[in-house]
Amino acid sequence: MPSTIDLAFGAYVVGAEFLGARPIFALGDGTVRLGDDPTAMRTVFAHEGGILAASLTLDQKALVTSGDDGRVVSIAADGTVTLLAEKKAKWIDQLATGPQGAVAFASGRMAWVRTADGKLLEFPHDKAVGGVGFLPKGLRLATASVDKAMLHWVTAKGDPVELGWKGGHTGVTASPDGRFLVTTMQETALHGWRIEDAKHMRMTGYPAKVKSISWSTKGRWLATSGANAAILWPFVAKDGPMGKSPMQLGPMPKLVTRVACHPSEEVCAIGYEDGLVVAVRIPDQAEVMLRQPSGEPVTALSWSPDGLRLAVGLESGRAAVIDIRD
Amino acid sequence: MTLAASSPIPVTVLTGYLGAGKTTLLNRILTEDHGKKYAVIVNEFGEVGIDNDLVVDTDEEIFEMNNGCICCTVRGDLIRIIDGLMKRKGRFDAILIETTGLADPAPVAQTFFMDDDVRARTRLDAVVTVVDAKHLKDRLEDSPEAEDQVAFADVILLNKVDLVDAAELAAVKLEIRAINPYARIVETERCKVELDAILDKGAFDLNRILTVEPDFLTDDHHHHDEDVRSISLKAGELDAEKFFDWIGKETQAQGAKILRLKGIMAFKGDPDRYVVQGVHMLIEGDHQRAWKDGEPRESRLVFIGRELDWDALKSGFESCRV
Repeated sequence: MPSTIDLAFGAYVVGAEFLGARPIFALGDGTVRLGDDPTAMRTVFAHEGGILAASLTLDQKALVTSGDDGRVVSIAADGTVTLLAEKKAKWIDQLATGPQGAVAFASGRMAWVRTADGKLLEFPHDKAVGGVGFLPKGLRLATASVDKAMLHWVTAKGDPVELGWKGGHTGVTASPDGRFLVTTMQETALHGWRIEDAKHMRMTGYPAKVKSISWSTKGRWLATSGANAAILWPFVAKDGPMGKSPMQLGPMPKLVTRVACHPSEEVCAIGYEDGLVVAVRIPDQAEVMLRQPSGEPVTALSWSPDGLRLAVGLESGRAAVIDIRD
Repeated sequence: MTLAASSPIPVTVLTGYLGAGKTTLLNRILTEDHGKKYAVIVNEFGEVGIDNDLVVDTDEEIFEMNNGCICCTVRGDLIRIIDGLMKRKGRFDAILIETTGLADPAPVAQTFFMDDDVRARTRLDAVVTVVDAKHLKDRLEDSPEAEDQVAFADVILLNKVDLVDAAELAAVKLEIRAINPYARIVETERCKVELDAILDKGAFDLNRILTVEPDFLTDDHHHHDEDVRSISLKAGELDAEKFFDWIGKETQAQGAKILRLKGIMAFKGDPDRYVVQGVHMLIEGDHQRAWKDGEPRESRLVFIGRELDWDALKSGFESCRV
């Protein structure tokens, strides 16, 4: 049976991650909590207001957070806070971490990339930036905006590429092989483009907005929330999911709010609107229950780097660290 | 308990033409001790000279939902900010949204109808419009936005009443009534008003609808050449099925011209009052409370709009009678 450590923080859990073996939770009250011993949690005061977004660095040595105090900071496993950027009076609600220590963030109509050497690059938009992300090599910044997604060269010279699709785009991700770009939308749909020829992919049929997405190992599937099951779109073929039906994992009479694919196995962890967490093996859909419902949405969900533990965060400020080993 | 079951946060939308006194009111709400903590979403940060971590500066970001319906424009920035505010739930009691002086209030109101997350977590308490008693008449003539702001209001703060005489005041109130018969008018000088008179009033002031005289504005009552007008309809018990069929078709056909609609319905066989409200093509309704003993079971419906087919609305409404 999996074993669970229950934690309670009293503020909305924005991010639940692992720095190596150490769980780290980013909260709506501006604090970050480190550890998995309920009696000896380390509290780090990272933001004066609330934390709006959190993203693990690719080397998994620090958690980057952004807040409504206009700050972007990184928190190391020992609790050290480093200020990466500050934009006074802005709410920094979009955040992404990329290769070579780069961090992208956005507020209103401006996106920025902070490179590891501390340089801050600006990417102005004519409409609000709804999401930021990096292409796999980190050479290009992807942004989601109104009626389009964009690809900007981070440091190289060159005009940005616009990928048009009407509507509000609220998040963006590139497939791990760098061939596809997918946005979450204000509508209950995803939209995608094959980058080489800007060919469209419409991914529709959701009853609710898609707010959580996760690529499975080797980028074979894109797992998504927004339905009464995790919806997984196949990305192995040349055309991506075009003309193919998605797979449904963990169907329940309740909405999926978070998905997190396992770092090395074809397994997807699924969090629901009532606090239930299950893990499902993708090839045979074998299901294991990991957390009982507690009546509140799962708001954060991640695997440890070794894939043996799962960090869960909930809207009320409750959290859990689940060890899946028998 | 689910998401929708947690208590929704009341939202007040503050509109008003430039110079009407909106910023004065906003500063009062932010500084006075009224026992409530507001998260405030503003468009012109500089104007609010208050250092408050719950004041959010935003650029109005209006876009059409992808279904191609022109009426379904929403404020994307509000959706984002409200999502962010929910991460700090418990730190504030209510949300106040200030719109720019030139703003069309429809996208703000429509955001509360169209976006599922916003709907689940918040409740549009009231649209409060600040108008200037001295200059409203001129604004209504030269600016459709000023007219829209009056039309959308649940509460109208009639400010600067000290700058007009009794006759002018009566005239400006008539102008307001001609556009919007159900808004509550609160007269003030320099926005001096008890804040609980305008904040947290509960969805909208139903009593106002009940006191509006039916057919308040027919052509013979037509005071000036304003293009926004209203019609107040009254009937006894209605057939629910016929009503929903009719209101659905009417809002589809005339939605672009309907600015707002509000009503209380008495449906045959239904022990509860049924409340409807709408913006353009969007309409929603819910049971409110049981009809009280001795309370006349009457249906009332008010439309405010531009160039509406008033006769068709009247006859259509009447055909829903039991």
